Amino acid sequence: MLLAELSEAIGVSGAEYEIRDLIREEIKEHVDEIRTDALGNLIVHKEGDSSLPTLLLAAHMDEIGLMVTKVEKNGLLSFKPIGGIDKRVLVSKKVVVGKDKIPGVIGAKAIHLQRPSERKRPLKIKQLYIDIGAKDDKAAKKVVNIGDTATFATKFSQLGPKTVKGKAFDDRVGCSVLMELLRNDYDFPLYGVFSVQEEVGLRGAGVAAYDINPDLTIVIEGTTASDVPGSKEHVYSTTVGEGPALTMMDMTIIPNRGLMQSIIETAEDTNIGYQFRRSTAAGTDAGRIHLLKEGIPTAVVSVPVRYIHSPASLLNLDDYEATKNLLNEFCKRLSSGGFNFEKDN
Amino acid sequence: MESKDFLKSLSNKTGVSGTEEEITKAVKEVFGDYIDESRTDALGNLITLKRGEGKESDKPQIMLAAHIDEIGLMVKEIDEKGFLKFTTVGGIDQRTLVGQEVLVYGKEVVKGIIGAKPPHVQDKKEQKQAIKLKDMYIDLGRNVKEVKGLVEVGDLIVVTREFCDLEGNRVSGKSLDDRAGVTMVLECLKELQRLKHASDVYGVATVQEEVGVRGATTSTYGIVPDIGIAIDVCHGEMPGVSDEETANLGEGPVIFLGPQVHPKLHKKLKRIAQEFDISYQIGTSTSPRGTDAFAIQVTRSGIPTALVSIPLRYMHTSVETLDLNDIKKGGRLLANFISQVDSEFVEGLRCF
Repeated sequence: MLLAELSEAIGVSGAEYEIRDLIREEIKEHVDEIRTDALGNLIVHKEGDSSLPTLLLAAHMDEIGLMVTKVEKNGLLSFKPIGGIDKRVLVSKKVVVGKDKIPGVIGAKAIHLQRPSERKRPLKIKQLYIDIGAKDDKAAKKVVNIGDTATFATKFSQLGPKTVKGKAFDDRVGCSVLMELLRNDYDFPLYGVFSVQEEVGLRGAGVAAYDINPDLTIVIEGTTASDVPGSKEHVYSTTVGEGPALTMMDMTIIPNRGLMQSIIETAEDTNIGYQFRRSTAAGTDAGRIHLLKEGIPTAVVSVPVRYIHSPASLLNLDDYEATKNLLNEFCKRLSSGGFNFEKDN
Repeated sequence: MESKDFLKSLSNKTGVSGTEEEITKAVKEVFGDYIDESRTDALGNLITLKRGEGKESDKPQIMLAAHIDEIGLMVKEIDEKGFLKFTTVGGIDQRTLVGQEVLVYGKEVVKGIIGAKPPHVQDKKEQKQAIKLKDMYIDLGRNVKEVKGLVEVGDLIVVTREFCDLEGNRVSGKSLDDRAGVTMVLECLKELQRLKHASDVYGVATVQEEVGVRGATTSTYGIVPDIGIAIDVCHGEMPGVSDEETANLGEGPVIFLGPQVHPKLHKKLKRIAQEFDISYQIGTSTSPRGTDAFAIQVTRSGIPTALVSIPLRYMHTSVETLDLNDIKKGGRLLANFISQVDSEFVEGLRCF
């Protein structure tokens, strides 16, 4: 399964080597042009009828992670987070460090040595270390360097009959949907961007889209699903199992109404269940892309994912299929000139 | 079987206190090559015997005890949406649980993830606090009907963690407390193949240590040893912990001192280590709780007891880390100790 490979590949923001190589290898057969830019974005192009709108589909390939900031005398590695990580999820986890994927663990003081009050306070990043088993700094420096990134050593697997778990579904699920769509042929000019550095401030996508200058953009994301205990139904941002989530507004974008409407119409006409993302928090690459040049009509379609930015996230395969189907139906309709877009919409 | 492979196989298996059968079976199979007989008692302790060459009438009986049970979690409630609420079995820091993958031992072994209220729906105050056990749940990625068909209240749960090699001789995994101790007993039995020993050696894989040293209580009663040695793990050095409470990884087994340790046993273990050039460390334990030595010492009319430990970082997390050399050295230490015990030495243990 494509998503399994994508989930297990490493690629923390700014160090997307492995994931980029994997995607490039998988899709090069299916596109007319494939290139990387100065930031490391992977950009692909499928030629089409220039009288039809040019569509850009974008998904980010980077993931949150850690960066080694110091090798301590005793061989332990100090680190800082890259991207938004709740420090409380780091304790007692296995990670891999650097390109060679050196295994390490993030431990914590034994419960026997703690005062009960300590257990009420989260451990600070400064109190946590990656332990690669090196007996001192010399041994550690043989296999890791300052600046190496680390990510969770999480295996992809099936959970329930419809659900899977793995790391970095935000946004490897978007990459996976995009890669599957790129295998199809549509009549309009299609660009795909696998962007870098989304998790550290939407750095990559805007740069990549600048030269493409698309007429329309759809960003494909893995977005947070909070349909879990402790969270009231009215604050669920999205619900797992209820189909692709359409963003109405977040911190970075109010999507183009016309484009949104055409996605909704596509869903209604083809009987694909969808939901709205019922939270205005956070942002995506769309925030950068829609403000490029004189503005680009942009929308965001997401697969709901529980526990994003954690060692193990969860998604529903029906949501994945529905998201892919919805975007495929949209593309088919765009091919046949089924939408009436004005560039200055 | 190589000791590392043995430790790996035990670490990857599950045996929460009270349900240690899978571990007992694996230990029995591997110990089988080095022992004369074995049995299981009513609590589930695996008691193995390697006979010594001494005269039947005054053969010293030495017991080596290492516990095979592990800490875990238990299903407390299945909510209306199929999420599981849970409680702990043994001492677990709640902060080590969020974001863990788990296995739930229901009708089948079911995979899940420990979740909590998402950060963006927590208020500012909540975000600054550790997430409480009562606010966590297990997500099986299944609907409530499927969940209820597979899981019941009372089912046991363990954190999923594959044993892994780190740099040098260090390894990491779950439940190395105290399957590393069982591995040291195996190392000792291997060493004893080429040493002469008068004493009968009981290698015991004890159960239910984590919930109150219960297995050692009954197994010691059954064996009536002249000498009991508990083999467990102790805290390895790490930032934020005072070095008087810890030992260093890779610098040898820790020979403990304290009220539960017979002074003559401590002295002899130390002398053997010196004689055979085995690096060792001294540990102090002021309160005799927390290891099988606590139970062994006060069995029947009292048993001379010692405690030998393996330094281990991050005890009771899923990423316990240790140095394999400490286990090997400990095995050699125990075997050489055993080969030098005779009835005269045992006699002397009653003379203060």
